[in-house]
Order: sequence, then structure tokens, then C-alpha cells
Amino acid sequence: MLGFLVRRLIAMVLTIWAVSFVAFAIIQLPPGDYLTSYVAQLSAAGDRIDPQTIEALRERYGLGDPFIVQYFKWISGIVQGDFGDSFEWSAPVSELIWGRMGNSVLLEGLAVLVMWLVALPIGIYAAVRKYSLGDYLATVGGFIGLAIPNFLFALVLMYLWYVYFGQTLGGLYSPEMANSPWSIAKLLDFLSRAWAPILVLATAGTAQLIRVMRANLLDELSKPYVVTARSKGLPEWRVVLKYPVRVALNPLVSTIGWLLPTLVSSSVVVSAVMNLPTAGPLLLRSLTTQDMYLAGAIILLLGILTILGTLISDLILAWIDPRIRHGGM
Amino acid sequence: MMPQTPMANDKTLLRMEDVSIVFSSPDEADIEAVRQVDFTLTRGKTLALVGESGCGKSVTARTILRLLDKNARIPSGRILFSPGDGETTDIATLNPDSTAMRSIRGNKISMIFQEPMSSLSPVHTIGAQIDEMILLHENLDKKGARARTIELLEQVGIPGARQRADAYPFQLSGGLRQRAMIAMALACKPDLLIADEPTTALDVTTQAQILDLLRSLRDEFGMAMLFITHDLGVVAEIADEVAVMYLGDVVEQGDVFDVFKSPQHPYTRALMSSIPRMTRRADRQRLNPIQGTVPSPKNRPSGCAFTTRCPHAFEPCAAVRPEPTGTSENHWARCHLLTDPQAPRVDGLIQPKVEGGSDAYQGDRT
Repeated sequence: MLGFLVRRLIAMVLTIWAVSFVAFAIIQLPPGDYLTSYVAQLSAAGDRIDPQTIEALRERYGLGDPFIVQYFKWISGIVQGDFGDSFEWSAPVSELIWGRMGNSVLLEGLAVLVMWLVALPIGIYAAVRKYSLGDYLATVGGFIGLAIPNFLFALVLMYLWYVYFGQTLGGLYSPEMANSPWSIAKLLDFLSRAWAPILVLATAGTAQLIRVMRANLLDELSKPYVVTARSKGLPEWRVVLKYPVRVALNPLVSTIGWLLPTLVSSSVVVSAVMNLPTAGPLLLRSLTTQDMYLAGAIILLLGILTILGTLISDLILAWIDPRIRHGGM
Repeated sequence: MMPQTPMANDKTLLRMEDVSIVFSSPDEADIEAVRQVDFTLTRGKTLALVGESGCGKSVTARTILRLLDKNARIPSGRILFSPGDGETTDIATLNPDSTAMRSIRGNKISMIFQEPMSSLSPVHTIGAQIDEMILLHENLDKKGARARTIELLEQVGIPGARQRADAYPFQLSGGLRQRAMIAMALACKPDLLIADEPTTALDVTTQAQILDLLRSLRDEFGMAMLFITHDLGVVAEIADEVAVMYLGDVVEQGDVFDVFKSPQHPYTRALMSSIPRMTRRADRQRLNPIQGTVPSPKNRPSGCAFTTRCPHAFEPCAAVRPEPTGTSENHWARCHLLTDPQAPRVDGLIQPKVEGGSDAYQGDRT
């Protein structure tokens, strides 16, 4: 087990390094750089800029250097904890992203939690009572949840809430709480606003998870070891929860890893609609303005999240499934 | 002649009386997988239930523990279970998930299955799976249960039982897995062990070891055993009594020597003559397979199920269901040849007297 962990950690560091390289390559891909789009913006506004000033700025930021040189400047800064400066915000990237990444992870984490808590019992029920009324309701509800686009659901929810309760849904914190340190009051404030985006974000995932759980469990329920468990004299609910559900969870656990980054990137539209201070809209904006260090940092962090998530799900999987723990390590 | 099923006595542990089992499905007509099963299990004895694939052997076995899916019903018949306490329970009337049924499962009647790999949970150690059974039915704490588990594993011949208790099924060989399965089934000293083709998935040498083990454990524990198989060699090896099934009917039950020596139902006779024999070249005969194929339960004749393939079928066979007819002590068969005076004469059958005939044996009604 320890050898497995060490090998995985080494592989992880190498993967993160490769991700950083690709991330940097991606943000360099669009033609031009931040200064090009800055100039375009200014000239669109009717201003004119002396080409020599541009040249000087380009020299200062090292934007004229070859790709490899720029990359090494960037990565060696990151190793020391310096993510570089955002051109657009004229501030260090690290100041900008941590709060937003924190919000993202908190929000998505809660959405994932809600998804699992709601979907698993429904999925188990739907599989055990296959073709019952409850199963059909779960199926219909699930497909509706799957079919409605998140942003539409968010808009409808905001509209209805405004019409019936006269309040606007949006943001994660009330203005007076936004910058205060965490406390019970801030937590309550957060929850009173965050339930709406969590609900929106969790809906589609819940529907999908119900289907997956139902299908996995149906496969397991017909296996001979379930009959054995029943033949021992265990009550039916214990038979189901202890044996087939346990095995049916394995494939789901292995998806935790890529669930987090998927949620972060898929929540961009919802965050824009509901005005949430998460990382998604920041990434979108930095990409359109070619604010390369900011975009690079966010892409890199998303990559690291994926890799960490995969490691976590592998470890959980090895912990719950002896066939993986003892086989081929 | 009167119907002559053997009457219950105090050595009887379980009696299946005229049990039928029907499966319903939302899209199709109901299927009567088992139409008429009656047999008797005696304490300390092994009954082998034989028949070809799909004849309803396993369904019958699972019905005794009420392990069938929710779409199965028992529209008629009784399953009378009399463990030592003087009480007789009709298992057919119990709710499958009731406390009464669950206190029988694993405790009074336990079961081992064909596939020891897939029948054990892949994610629990065999020790944990056996402990669970003991904790469920016996008044023991975890430590006591584990001690009993290790004792059981030693009893079924698993070397290094203490360490092996912490092994997962995929870490054991097929033979050891089946031994672990047997240890689990015996954990609460059941009155009846149901073995559903326990050796079919094993190789031949392991098969012989497992059969030996089951036989000695049966004597040691004094339990009855219902042994389901389609292998007549295995039957000869392990059984005291045989019940032969064809297409959902038990057609013959009797002492293993009687049934092998003088089978009374044409299906049993056909089965026996389809076993290759070792003889000198001059005495060799071609194997004599049963003609035709098994019809689906939907096309089963309303009379004797074997009518469509029976070489001796005559007028009442297709329409009238034959009653069980005793032919010697503890031996009966369901066949019109044995009761109808007009029946064609068949060599080796104990048939009723016709005018002038003298070879009939009026079977004991035990």
C-alpha cells in the first residue's frame, strides 16, 4: 500500500508538470497577446497609443521572449508561490484567485454532496422496486432534470422566487458579509443564498447519478452472492445495503475524481446568470482578454484538482474494494 | 388403486406435498415452472433430486427457503417442515421476508450453491461472512463467533484456518472456496442442508473430495441433505434416496438402490440406459438416448409430462395425470403403466395383474 502511494505521488508530480506545460501552451495559442487586445480595446474606444509605448510594455512583461523562456519564468515563479500579475486587474494573480477558487470548491463540493445524498437512496429504491410507481416517478423526474439546461432552471427559479417572495436570488454573500471572516452568522448568510445555486448545480448530476446507481445495482442484485446473503436469514434491507449496494458503489467512487473539475467548468454559465463569485466567470473573462497569467493559474489549478480527485478516488476505491487493494499492486 | 405417497413419521424432517410454482411476468402468460413436486426428506439421510437442466430442481430447492424472486408464487401445495421441537411449519404460507422465515434460513435450513466464486461476496473476507451468520442466529459475541468460524474452517479441512479466515474469496482456490461455503452453511448446525449442484463447477478430483467431505459432515452433524444434481454418478456416490424430476414434476422417488436397479418410470429408465457402461467388447451396446427434446412448460401435456417422448405412451397418458403409485417399500412412481390394467406390458415394470397374469407386486403403502 505504501509503495503504491509513493509511486502514485511521483506520477502525480510528473503529471502536474505536464499539465502546467500544456496549460501554458494553451493560453499562448490565440494569436497576439494581452497587449494586442488591450490596444484593440483602446482603439475601439477611440484612443490612440504610441507604438513605442506598446513595445516598451511588451519588453517589460517579457512578452517578446521565446515560448520556452516565458514558460520557465512562469513556472519557476509558481514553484515559489508567485503566480505572476494579472494584466487586467493590475494585481498579483494569487490575490485574485484564492477567494474565488475557495468559493468554487465549497459550492461544487456541497453540490456533489447534495447529489449523492439525494441520488443514492432514490437510485437504490428504483432498482430494488424496479418498474414500481416510485421507479417510474424517479425515471421521469430524472430525465426532466437531465433535460433542462442549468441556466434555464436558474433563470426560472430566480423569476419565480422574485414573483412569489419578492427577493432576488444571486450572489453567495450579502454585501456586508462578503469580506468579514467566517463565523456562524456568515455561514447562515452563505447558506441562505447558496441553496439556490447548489440546487441548480445538483439537479442534472442527481438525475444522472440516479440512472447510474439504478443500473449498477440492478446488475448486482441478480448476482448469486445476494441469494447467499438472503439464505443466511438477513432482513432484506440489510441484504441489499450490505452486499449489492456496497459493490455497486465502486464504479461511482471512481468518478469522484473528474466530478469536481467538470462541475467547475460546467458552472460557468450558472455563475454568470446567478452572479456567483466563483472561478468560472473569472476564467472566461481572462481568456477573452488574454490575461495569460490569470488564465494559466486557473487552468493549472483545475488540472491539479482533477489529478488530486483521481488520486483520492483511487485511494477510496483501494480502501473499499479488496480486489483492487490486493491485486496487481 | 389409491394414491400411495409415504405417510409422515417422526423421522420425517420435511415434506413437499403437491407443490407447484408459477412465475408471472408483465408481458407474457404465467409459466408453471414446477407443477407437482412431492418428496420426503428424512433426518440423517441424503435425498438426491435429479433431472435435466430446466426441469425445476433449483427452483424447488430455492422455494424451500423462499428465496425466489417476487414474481414467483406457490399457488398450491404445502411444504411441511418439522424440526425437532414438535412444531410443524408450512413454509409455503410464510412471508419470504418475515421473521419466522428468516429464523429458519441459515439457522434450521441452509444452502450451498453451484458457483463458490460468485456465491460469496467479493468484498468481504470469508471469516466476516461466516461470523455474520453466527452472530445473526446464535447468542455469541464477535470473539466467540470468530472462534467458532475458525473451528468450522478447520472442520471442513481448510489448512491455516486462522489466517485464511481473513482471506477474500478471490484469494482462494475453487475447492477452498466451496469448503468455506460449506463451513458457512454449517455454522448454525442446521437440520437440513440444501446443496444445489455443489460440485458441478469444480474439477473432478476436487469434486470427489467435496463429496467425501459432505458425506462425513452429514454423519457428524446428523442433518438431512437435499442434494441437487444432474450427475447420476454423483447420486450413486452420495445419496440414500433419489427423487427424479422431469419438466416440473417429480416422477419417481425411492431408495437409491431400488431406483438404480429397477427404475419404474419410463423417464428414469431412459436416464439409466443413457449412461455408458464399461463392458467387454462383445456385450457392448449403443447408447440409447431419449428421443425428442424437452417441451417448454407452456406446451406441457396436461397429463403425464413425459407423454411426448415416452416410448410406451398409451391412451390416458396425455390427458390424465398419473397418481403416485407405490411399487415397493419407500419407492413410488407416477405412471399409468403401473396402474392401468389395459396398459401395454413393459419388461421390468411392476404392473397390475391382468386376467391370468401373476407378476404384479401390490406395492406397500408406507
